[in-house]
Amino acid sequence: MITVIAARELRRLLLSPLAWALLAMIQGLLAWIFLLLVDDFRELQGRLASLDNAPGVTDLVAAPLLRVAAWVLLLLIPLLTMRLFSEERRTRTLDLLFSAPVTMTEIVLGKYLGILVFLLMTVALIALMPLSLALGAALDPGKLLAGILGLSLLVAAASAAGLYLSVLTTQPAVAALTTMGLLLALWMVDAASTVPGTTGDLLGYLSLRRHYDTFLLGLFDSADFIYYLLFNATFLSLAIRRLDDLRLRD
Amino acid sequence: MQVERLTRHYNEIRAVDEISFMLLRGQVLGFLGPNGAGKSTTMRMLAGILAPDAGHIFINGFDLLDKPVQAKRALGYLPEQPPLYRDMTVEEQLYYSAHLHGLNRITSRQAVADVKERCGLASVSSRLIDHLSKGYQQRVGIAQAVLHDPAVLVLDEPTAGLDPLQSHAIRGLIRELGQDRGVILSSHRLSEVQAICTHVQIMRSGQLVYTSPLADLEQQRQSTRLRIGLKTPPPLVRLAQLPGVERVEALGEGRFRLHHAVGSAPYQILVEQASAEHWGLWELTPEQASLEQVFIELILELETVA
Repeated sequence: MITVIAARELRRLLLSPLAWALLAMIQGLLAWIFLLLVDDFRELQGRLASLDNAPGVTDLVAAPLLRVAAWVLLLLIPLLTMRLFSEERRTRTLDLLFSAPVTMTEIVLGKYLGILVFLLMTVALIALMPLSLALGAALDPGKLLAGILGLSLLVAAASAAGLYLSVLTTQPAVAALTTMGLLLALWMVDAASTVPGTTGDLLGYLSLRRHYDTFLLGLFDSADFIYYLLFNATFLSLAIRRLDDLRLRD
Repeated sequence: MQVERLTRHYNEIRAVDEISFMLLRGQVLGFLGPNGAGKSTTMRMLAGILAPDAGHIFINGFDLLDKPVQAKRALGYLPEQPPLYRDMTVEEQLYYSAHLHGLNRITSRQAVADVKERCGLASVSSRLIDHLSKGYQQRVGIAQAVLHDPAVLVLDEPTAGLDPLQSHAIRGLIRELGQDRGVILSSHRLSEVQAICTHVQIMRSGQLVYTSPLADLEQQRQSTRLRIGLKTPPPLVRLAQLPGVERVEALGEGRFRLHHAVGSAPYQILVEQASAEHWGLWELTPEQASLEQVFIELILELETVA
């Protein structure tokens, strides 16, 4: 059942001009930044050669690229998730899912999976850029892999949050804006982690960015991995609860 | 399908108040009632879209609240507004719905082909739903509801927005479907209920005020009035004295309305007297109350009681 809903969601995305426009924009923007980074690296190369233990191409091109990619995706994912439920609520097509023999969990996971597959395809396309450097330079595959894993986890977390906020409203635009706000807040919240004491630590822990950064350094810390899993699980279960509630309130 | 003491509030208003009824295979139950009586709310609860505040719904023996997946497998539902994805073609929509209801590749192909033919959708199967007329969209909605061959069909105003020819076809389809499953449908059109349903149920302000087989309602609307036309009418008193006549109304121009008890129309006496006393009888018509009148009378009656 989950796959039926996921396949339908994916198909719908691939048929909509919005998804393609976003994909084109992401690729175009990142390709430009990639080009700039490669150029910088070429200029630096001579000086780097004289250094011991100098940062490699993975640190100077791949990591910054993935950092920008995270930013761009966080801004654009809300536009993809906004329609997930709000539109179905508005056009009352949710009735079909509710009266069909599927559980709320299956509905939520199906939709989540559909959007996730699309976004992972996007991540794969982005990953092709630094991977292409392997043709002429020595990449650090471990670091690159960690970075890509980090980006995938971040993207999954953002979709879960977007999905939840899309259940809350019947207006896609509201869902998109609130998701954007939430994601940006969570991204930047660690700026306040200089506050001394546990408040600062807590805010730092909540930040999407802090957990992402360790992946970019090429580190795989299970604490960060678990953070993302928890993030996903929290928003998905909230969405399931909320969807169930719709039958009571509506 | 069995419904027990179903209740639902909207804020402080009791939209549906402890209604109970049963629906068996082979029954087509018509749900009547004025606007805002709670028909749609009830239908939505039956389909599992609204959760009731209290009460139980059993479909094929499964409690819709405890075992929703099993119960919903036996359920086909058409809401007031058919749940169609406007960016899909008719065929995609039907396949999606078939898969959602657990049909596999082979069975769904058969089911979709079958339902397309039954609902007359073959000619539009590859068109976008957005481009279809309201009538066709309604048909797709019905096709979707019956696709997985459910034991219970819940149809909220199935013929709304259809032209007379189309609604006639859909009525035929519903009657046919109702032969081996339970169908419950709401409608504003009494003639429609009269044409399709085997049972009737009337709701008013959230309560079920009347339930009976349609045949009983037919009984109620048996004629108790005769309209006659006389060229040279006798005095009113003379007519009122005829055996079997309870009351006489003069309608002018030689016409009269005679009220009599159910099943004892004084045809013979009337004709004999008319010829014996040369009243010049030129019209003799039993006046039958339409279902609509019965319906209005029922509602009014209930209102005065309340």
